[in-house]
Amino acid sequence: MIYAGMFYVATLLLVTGLVYKIFDYSRTPAPLKIPTTPAPTTQKGVVYRMAKEVVLFESLFKSNKWIWVFGWLFHFGLFLVLARHLRYFTEPVWFWVGIVQPFGKYASIMMVIGLTGLLARRFLVDRVRYISTPSDYLMLVLLIAIGLSGMLMTFVVHTDIVALKAFFLGLMYFDVQPVPQDPILLVHLAMVLLLMVIFPISKLLHAPGLFFSPTRNQVDNPREHRHLAAWAARLDQKN
Amino acid sequence: MAAAEFDIPEIKDDIEIPKLREGVMAHAKTFMAAKPVQDFMGYPHELGEDWKERALDKMGDLLGKYRSLKVFMDACVHCGACTDKCHYYLGTSDPKNMPVARQDLMRQVYRRYFTTAGKLFPKLVGAKDLTRDILDDWYSYYYQCSECRRCSVFCPYGIDTAEITMAGREILNHVGMGQKYSNEILSKVHKIGNNLGLPGPALEDTLEGLEEDIEADTGVAVKMPLDVKGAEVLLVTPSADFFSEPHVESLIGYAKVFHAAGISWTLSTHASEAGNFGLFNGNYENMRKVAMRIRDAALELGVKRIVVGECGHAWRVAYSFWNTLTGIGYGGNDPFSIELQKQLDPTYPQPQHICELTNDLIKSGKIKVDPSLNDDLIVTYHDSCNVARASRMGTEPGGQFIIPRELIKSVVNNFHDMADDTIGESTFCCGGGGGLLTDDLMEVRVKGALPRATALNNVVKEHQVNFMAMICAICKAQFTKVLPKYGFDMSMVGGVHQLVSKAIKLD
Repeated sequence: MIYAGMFYVATLLLVTGLVYKIFDYSRTPAPLKIPTTPAPTTQKGVVYRMAKEVVLFESLFKSNKWIWVFGWLFHFGLFLVLARHLRYFTEPVWFWVGIVQPFGKYASIMMVIGLTGLLARRFLVDRVRYISTPSDYLMLVLLIAIGLSGMLMTFVVHTDIVALKAFFLGLMYFDVQPVPQDPILLVHLAMVLLLMVIFPISKLLHAPGLFFSPTRNQVDNPREHRHLAAWAARLDQKN
Repeated sequence: MAAAEFDIPEIKDDIEIPKLREGVMAHAKTFMAAKPVQDFMGYPHELGEDWKERALDKMGDLLGKYRSLKVFMDACVHCGACTDKCHYYLGTSDPKNMPVARQDLMRQVYRRYFTTAGKLFPKLVGAKDLTRDILDDWYSYYYQCSECRRCSVFCPYGIDTAEITMAGREILNHVGMGQKYSNEILSKVHKIGNNLGLPGPALEDTLEGLEEDIEADTGVAVKMPLDVKGAEVLLVTPSADFFSEPHVESLIGYAKVFHAAGISWTLSTHASEAGNFGLFNGNYENMRKVAMRIRDAALELGVKRIVVGECGHAWRVAYSFWNTLTGIGYGGNDPFSIELQKQLDPTYPQPQHICELTNDLIKSGKIKVDPSLNDDLIVTYHDSCNVARASRMGTEPGGQFIIPRELIKSVVNNFHDMADDTIGESTFCCGGGGGLLTDDLMEVRVKGALPRATALNNVVKEHQVNFMAMICAICKAQFTKVLPKYGFDMSMVGGVHQLVSKAIKLD
């Protein structure tokens, strides 16, 4: 029961927090054209640029191959792992979620290797150590712990996933079912809850933030189109 | 006046990433603006009792007006990708000159006062109360950033430290800590029309003198028209072009190009400055007011085209912002911009860079050049930061790299680029941009030029390069002053149109 309540609260905080942040970003104007050039001259080009950033981490690749390798392993691993977890929320399980199962299983290894590499850099590279705050370390530790506890249940001590699925489907259809009383599972879920709650108030905002970054999402066409924010347009009237 | 002595860094074979040396540049503080200047600019001249409230109010105001600032404050994950990208970090090894650390000077305060996590768990997320020490750090390190945007190329979220530096300086202005150099220049341009405070009659004299020099030199009466109504082109150029060396050689080059192509053109006393220091201080209204002088002059003189001379940040403001600020461009559907845009000739880009204009004229055969006249030179090209990463030339992305090189190669026979990771979008700032071109920041300027000096040194050794061409007034002034400290001759530095000037055939 407690876990059910916590999942509702955490989901609410995650969703409202993110919706508010996205609303806040969209209502804040970008008064000037500031794409980092060379930049695409069409909207289609911007979609392509953004896709390369989101999928391949293009700028990071230009910058530093170590961070890129670890960062990409972590994020792509996480993506597959999350996709695999959809089986707990769908009945019948979607076709592609079925296909992704074995990949998602081993992607957890990618994910943890990536995270460990990123954590090691925080200790080993003097420049990165200088800029790291306690939360930077703890965030990585939290993600590693989530990954390891999940792997433990996948590869070593299996948990009752049938009961677990019943729990999550119950949450979705407001028909609350008991959560399996497996200590590893409970720890795993508690850490996921924590991650959900801190998502909208932490640096995890880089995920929605990227899409709102004016240096990446603007079209390079200032000579052809007059770009004007509402607060700046008012200045024209005074002339 | 004399700044503290400092060691000139040694040029190594490669650009090296230094180990951190904390606090080594904390002493670098640019001179603060005095009361008359701050009064004129509408800022206080000293910290009042309420400085903290004023600072936080201004920060909140800017966070609400600029999406860039808001998103950039939130999005950073401290990945470290930018830490070795800033020329000031590479040259000084002070960790607060790493882009992310420079951003964190503001981010720590943002987190404390504007985020839930920072209000609840400040220690955990590195949030800090705004104190006098932090404010002093801002003053020190926001004037060790040239707003060159190199870090933004490499950031996975496109975080542009320049946006944060600009906001930081604007907040500092509002609490009474303005920079003498930039704010004096802004007062001069507001009062007189150019950064040097050169009044109309002096400008007229200078131009007449230059006309005589050109005629004595070439035997051709090349004119430098001023305030000519009905001219086709208004040329707006940095005021340094009127009397600084080597800048003036490029001005002579522009005049010869217009003469050879038979294009009627004019300069303007009212708009005798392409530079716009409003950009550096993150004050939209100020930047707009400076830019409005060009609109006003264009309307007054009835010109059909507006062309911009060799100046990096000016080209950023002209290319990226003039349409927004003043309606110089196309596509306006409001009376304010239509008034000007109906006057401008739609067959040309508005505004147009002088390199776009000259390159087109050479390619179409409308002017003739003889590159062998530059055979004494082995040339390389320095991409200026604002042109490279904040603007474009021509119709294709990257035209800002191609067009100046095409132009140079059409007027010289010997050209060699510097290393790939030091040109194009990865170009290193000269070290003097963004309001740092002042003697009281000489240490910052010299050390910040180290990466560029290293790259230059390599093409000098390998290809015997003896001329570095560029299209920025600040780069020219910075390099002529700073490169000699690394053992280079200052005559190596000059404009692209200085090369055009030598190779162009008149009549």
